[in-house]
Amino acid sequence: MLTRRIIPCLDVTGGRVVKGVQFLELRDAGDPVEIAEAYDLQGADELTFLDITASSDGRDTMVDVVRRTAERVFMPLTVGGGIRVVEDIRRMLNAGADKVSINTTAVQRPEFVQEAAERFGSQCTVVAIDARQVPGEQRWEIYTHGGRTPTGIDVVEWASRMERFGAGEILLTSMDRDGTKDGYDLALTRAVVNAVSIPVIASGGVGTLEHLYDGFTTAGASACLAASIFHFRHHTVGEAKQYLKGRGVPVRMV
Amino acid sequence: MIAIIDYGMGNLRSVQKAFERVGFEAQVTSDPQQVLQAERVVLPGVGAFRDCIRNLEQGGFVEPILKVIAEGRPFLGICLGLQLLFSESEEFGLHQGLGVIPGRVVRFPEGMTESGEKLPVPHVGWNQISLKAPSPLFNGIIDQSNVYFVHSYYVKPDDAAVVAATCNYGLEFCAAIRKDNLVATQFHPEKSQAIGLQMLNNFAEMKG
Repeated sequence: MLTRRIIPCLDVTGGRVVKGVQFLELRDAGDPVEIAEAYDLQGADELTFLDITASSDGRDTMVDVVRRTAERVFMPLTVGGGIRVVEDIRRMLNAGADKVSINTTAVQRPEFVQEAAERFGSQCTVVAIDARQVPGEQRWEIYTHGGRTPTGIDVVEWASRMERFGAGEILLTSMDRDGTKDGYDLALTRAVVNAVSIPVIASGGVGTLEHLYDGFTTAGASACLAASIFHFRHHTVGEAKQYLKGRGVPVRMV
Repeated sequence: MIAIIDYGMGNLRSVQKAFERVGFEAQVTSDPQQVLQAERVVLPGVGAFRDCIRNLEQGGFVEPILKVIAEGRPFLGICLGLQLLFSESEEFGLHQGLGVIPGRVVRFPEGMTESGEKLPVPHVGWNQISLKAPSPLFNGIIDQSNVYFVHSYYVKPDDAAVVAATCNYGLEFCAAIRKDNLVATQFHPEKSQAIGLQMLNNFAEMKG
């Protein structure tokens, strides 16, 4: 039986993890490679690096981070942030990434997703969606540029369109919940899971292990992405899996 | 020397680094002559079947691959590198493969469900393999080990005897084959942490 995936997410800029990762005794924000290795030991199923650098020279640093990580950690690695042209994808894959996640560029130029899928395969083409609920309605709108710019695009329709364009997975982040620790937006996640037949990764809002359980069961997500719950030593990935296993969710124990 | 065939598809660096991690040098090469001279050969691959076959042909790799396999040198296909060994694939129309293993590459059917939830395609993530027949690749690997898959198509060999392992995703499919010194996996050993590294170590130690 396919196990449900737990994916720690690391925000990286200037070659360092930001937002603070406190489970290692590190003097500054953290070396992404060391943190990746720690999550590897804890039994993470995949890792996602989100490049939050705006400048293009920062991109070279990200390529280096991916390269060094792929030399030490042998599990699937996704890189998101600033993927704008086919060459960006090639560089990340050549450095050792397995998937790239495309966000703002997909909205600006949906054919880019098609190009990526045709060139490199759907298996490495993840479309990231930042969603906010339309106030008072059971409907969600896409935001771009790190959740700052509204687009008026309906999330559920968009997810279906991206599937048709060749996306292999949807990384779905609730901007309403991101950073709140109130749990995933389960209605949003369920709506997208029901609308597409590709895997959906839930993101934004995890504060407790029960939130992961809800993401897999109530919302039907294939994978749960989380940051602070693991970064701040609230729980290890292993503890999360032990908990999920105890509640009947199929997970990979290491 | 282990030669990893570079025909412009996919993440070869991971495969190379994984061999290095277990103490074996592997060379990524786009030169068919090096493939012919290699002691053992790895055919990785992600992307579309049609493009991969075309690139193999254009790169001049088809004859060297067939020769290396025919001579019984250890040969490892990974993911699309497994599918390419088959007679034909249904991906984007019917396309001829290398024809080393009689059989067809088919897509997971639509509408598969498990416990009331639909099963997404592609099949992405860690799933268990059931070991069906001895393979040198699986030395020291226990049954029901979790390995990493990412694929929408799977192989259906005509001869069940080549099936070394299966996996369940809506249906039971072939997760690995073995025919003499030819071994191939639908999953990614280079992404399957310690278990995958063990398999790559096993491949590097296979008797030629």
